Amino acid sequence: MSPLFEVQNLNKSFGGLAVTNNVSLSLAAGDRLALIGPNGAGKTTFVNLVTGNLLPSSGTVRLAGQEVTRRNAMERVRLGLVRSFQVTRLFYEMTPEEHVALAVLQREGKSGRMVGRYQAMPQVMDEVRDILHLLGLLELSHLKVREIAYGQQRLLEIALALALRPKVLLLDEPAAGVPQSETARIEQALDKLPPELAVLMIEHDMDLVFRFAKRVIVLAAGTVIFDGSPQDVTQDARVREAYLGSYANVGSAA
Amino acid sequence: MAASMNQTLAAGAPASRNIVGSLAGIATIIVIGIIGYYLFPNNLALLTRIIAIALLVLSIDLVTGYCGVATLGHAALFGAGAYAAGIASAHYGASDPLLMTLIGALAGAVAGLISGLIILRAHGLPQLVLSIAVIHLFHEAANKASSWTGGSDGLSGIAPTALLGLFEFDLWGRTAYIYGLALLLIVFVLLQLLVRSPFGMLARGVREDPLRISAMGASVQSVLLRMYVISGVVAGIGGALTAISTQVVGLDSLSFTLSAESLVMLVLGGTGSLYGALVGTVAFMWFEDVVSAANPFHWLTMVGALLIAVVLFAPRGLYGTAAALVQRVKGGRA
Repeated sequence: MSPLFEVQNLNKSFGGLAVTNNVSLSLAAGDRLALIGPNGAGKTTFVNLVTGNLLPSSGTVRLAGQEVTRRNAMERVRLGLVRSFQVTRLFYEMTPEEHVALAVLQREGKSGRMVGRYQAMPQVMDEVRDILHLLGLLELSHLKVREIAYGQQRLLEIALALALRPKVLLLDEPAAGVPQSETARIEQALDKLPPELAVLMIEHDMDLVFRFAKRVIVLAAGTVIFDGSPQDVTQDARVREAYLGSYANVGSAA
Repeated sequence: MAASMNQTLAAGAPASRNIVGSLAGIATIIVIGIIGYYLFPNNLALLTRIIAIALLVLSIDLVTGYCGVATLGHAALFGAGAYAAGIASAHYGASDPLLMTLIGALAGAVAGLISGLIILRAHGLPQLVLSIAVIHLFHEAANKASSWTGGSDGLSGIAPTALLGLFEFDLWGRTAYIYGLALLLIVFVLLQLLVRSPFGMLARGVREDPLRISAMGASVQSVLLRMYVISGVVAGIGGALTAISTQVVGLDSLSFTLSAESLVMLVLGGTGSLYGALVGTVAFMWFEDVVSAANPFHWLTMVGALLIAVVLFAPRGLYGTAAALVQRVKGGRA
């Protein structure tokens, strides 16, 4: 069986600088993969290449059996590749309920309807409530997003992604900016993701990575330097060098 | 069970409040319309003009207030409707007012499509510049095609027949006013449905964060272009109403000045709400009328002062600020 999501020999350079260097990875249904790497490793570029916001210099991206390397971001979403954002991108004047409803309507091809209201569509409302309930946001469903806490906004990001029923979910630092005391709620939410969903998480918080991921890929200077289990990653000499190198610099500066 | 009932109630409450709100809004428009009719029987032409411009301002609100597109060229859509309706009557004898309105709406939609295709290629300031270019091009086209449009002399010879074969367009402008009011009400009700529909929600999403909308798999361009066409229909109806009621169409209906003034009216009333568009138009045009009669030499100064005052002290516009105050008072009580 071919993998659900496959990146082969992906390269991207800006001028003479190779930011993504022959990166390959694949995900099957149910995978929980974390992509980590020190600052400047090329994680953001990789996300942009995969989601269709940047075109690669060479290499291919395949999604559910189709090559999508040259397809735009919207088409990839429709084929089942959904992302969350590192910094929340939400509609601050709209409510969580409206957010999730919009995503459900979009997925169902009903977002262009010019009459009727989603509140009067029982199927949509049931699903919206289920998703908000799953993420513990039901009580906040009628508040404007700008009135809810950042941690809850992060949960709403995940809710939005789920409402699109992705096959592959790309979580870009789901816990970024969330106070330590609230990361447990993000973790709970991640635990509740549908088991068949393939998840690629980009994350800095190593505790979260170790708890969530079954497999870890380490990116340094645009190159994959490790691909294996979370248990082995800390033992790997190249990974230690990539990370400790930067820690050592911090140490000497202090 | 009890929990799910509570949820249903909670979800139902805002919906019924919305319906009560829209009915109250419609009733308000009718009441103000009737008061206007009896209070200013000799000024119905001005009131009809206010209605036509209100349609233009509503149309700008759709793209600017709801979708976040900056435009200083929206009179192109209004003028296209006015000229199309006028030309249909003056050159082709299509003088049935309903048909003229329909032709105006269609022409507005086409103008909306054309300007949308041009303006939506850019964002921010370049978008604004493109919109200015569009209105100048439309203006110049109408000026040059003088055999059709009458050029700078204006298009005359428009002679709408009786409305529904029953109501002649009289010298006092009664029929035109009532027809205009009916058009405004119909458009207003339809737009209320539109802005609350899934598509309206999608448009608000585009205004707040286009990148997020495309990350949901929706096409931002397509949303904006569809809204531009709808906005063209609304502005085109306003233009047709002008052609029907005044029976002349001048180049001023395709002018940068009209585009800019109607944007000012929208800001004055408050963007992103249909009521804001109406309040802004009525306030601006009424104030302009009163002040220009009181002091023909300094009325523009007064209008400028009013605008500065509103922008400084009520940045959300007259309606937006009032609505926010009501909300705060309600919140305080709860």
